[in-house]
Amino acid sequence: MRLLRSLVKTVAAYALLAGSISFLAGAGFVNPYWVQILMLACIVAISAQGLNIIYGFTGLFSLGHAAFYGIGAYTAAYLMKTYGGQSQAAFLAALLAGGGASAAVAYLIGLPTLRLTSDYLGIATLGFGIIMKVVFDNADSFLPELGGARGMTGIAKMTTIPWVIFFLIVSLLVVRNTIHSRYGRAILSVREDEIAAETMGIDTFQYKMVGFVTGCAFAGVAGGLYAHLYTFLHPSNFDFFKSIDILIIVVLGGLGNMSGTLVVSFGWIFLLEGLRVFLPPGYVELRWVLIPVLLIVTMLLRPQGIFGAHEFPFLRGKGAR
Amino acid sequence: MDYFVQQVINGLQLGFVYALIALGYTMVYGIVRLINFAHGDVFMVGAFIGLYTIERFQWPLAAVFVSAVVGCTVLAVLIEQLAYRPLRHAPKIASLITAIGVSLFLEYFTSLRQVFGPHFYSFPRPFPVVSWNWHGILVTNIQAVIFLVTTLCVLLLQFIVFRTKMGRAMRAVSFDYVTAGLMGVNVNMVISFTFGLGAALAGVGGVLYGIAYPQVNTFMGFMPGLKAFTAAVLGGIGNIPGAVLGALIMGQSETMVSAYLSSTYRDGIAFVILILVLLWKPTGILGTSRTEKV
Repeated sequence: MRLLRSLVKTVAAYALLAGSISFLAGAGFVNPYWVQILMLACIVAISAQGLNIIYGFTGLFSLGHAAFYGIGAYTAAYLMKTYGGQSQAAFLAALLAGGGASAAVAYLIGLPTLRLTSDYLGIATLGFGIIMKVVFDNADSFLPELGGARGMTGIAKMTTIPWVIFFLIVSLLVVRNTIHSRYGRAILSVREDEIAAETMGIDTFQYKMVGFVTGCAFAGVAGGLYAHLYTFLHPSNFDFFKSIDILIIVVLGGLGNMSGTLVVSFGWIFLLEGLRVFLPPGYVELRWVLIPVLLIVTMLLRPQGIFGAHEFPFLRGKGAR
Repeated sequence: MDYFVQQVINGLQLGFVYALIALGYTMVYGIVRLINFAHGDVFMVGAFIGLYTIERFQWPLAAVFVSAVVGCTVLAVLIEQLAYRPLRHAPKIASLITAIGVSLFLEYFTSLRQVFGPHFYSFPRPFPVVSWNWHGILVTNIQAVIFLVTTLCVLLLQFIVFRTKMGRAMRAVSFDYVTAGLMGVNVNMVISFTFGLGAALAGVGGVLYGIAYPQVNTFMGFMPGLKAFTAAVLGGIGNIPGAVLGALIMGQSETMVSAYLSSTYRDGIAFVILILVLLWKPTGILGTSRTEKV
């Protein structure tokens, strides 16, 4: 009964959000440019929730999130381009395949690297990110469709508001329900004190792997959505700075805070684009002078993140509600 | 064979420049456990100071090095005091994000037209280039200057760290900064000094890089910075000979891949080696492992 009620609530929230935004966009109340930015923000939020699982909840310092975003994007785009055509069902399958590909690569990378501790894991994932960028740059030498350094073109425009809202809600539900489950408590215990967790009989390596693979799968799905939103992929979309972008979002929101990650994802994307529009012409290059200053000041004032430990009611666990 | 030896020499040239940057990373990480992402940009500022003092003021080479060293040291100490010191007791990630912020700020602020400008600028040669041919192997006086200056810097650094009072304080703070503070070491001063010392080496590195690869840009510090940090990790972070060793390996592997495979794989190889080494020795080649106590 309880399950049914929460299901109805979720579907209603989805219908309301997707319906109203689609209506506003369709009727021309909102500029198509801003609708596109809104979809990008949702996609970034999905990817950021992934890193939030990896770093915020599991405590694995990853500096290579964009690589998994890229793997998902290229996988989904390749599958859609070669087999999918325009079908919605194929699109869903391609997105899931993108997420699956990222998860599979994450598993393979995790096997050796998750034994490393904090900063060493960070530098290893950073290295993996740069290696993947080199692979994307040279991808045309083994699969010409991927385009390599020239970029991949001819991807169908499939990403719509209902799709991004759907995956955003699914990602939030998955994170919330995982964190408040038995798995979630084990994952949190690994973050808090690995040695203590291990002495309590928790297989820390296995739970680290669960956190890492799940988070990377989110990035993969988000990458697929991104590919079919902009219909063009370039290796520079998945470089080190994109990993940093997501890391900044997760840290600014407050590590291990779903609400913070969600809000800051939107805030960050709209800040980037908003400054492009609102700075007077000729001053647009000041954008990246102002943003770091804002970033430094925020960190100096709120080192624990903007949201700290506060969660929105719908993202709290059963006990807390 | 000649070609191979030539590549080894080119790799040494690159490796020595990386070494100067890697030393700053390794010292700062050894003391405050912070990946100082802004270090690569301090290196870039050093290169630009070199550009201006050579081109505009036509200063002699020694004065160029001194001004780059002074400029970078002042900049790094300022960054440390304004951005990192207030966060010393905050979660480590807050300092890291701040370091990224400082790095982005330096890159984009200096690329404004009113500061250094957004273009690539050619770096003037401060002395005429002479090359010696030895059985078909070319060695230039630029390479000689790089080997000489870097070796001097590393020896000087070894002297400072192991033979002076300040060096002993640095080692104490790196070992345990709380206890060092209780024993009367001025921890804040030591940390500022370390940042300054690292930046001084980066300043020298910036000028040498400009002389060797004569094109500078405000974003030039990012990749060498990342690779130098990787080199420091490869050699064992916190370890001075390790940083030099890591940087030399990095320089060689990169040059060899460009020479024998393709320069498009150049940026990747360094990290492949890093990951392989970390799997074999998680604390780097010369790093000592710390046993975790419960």
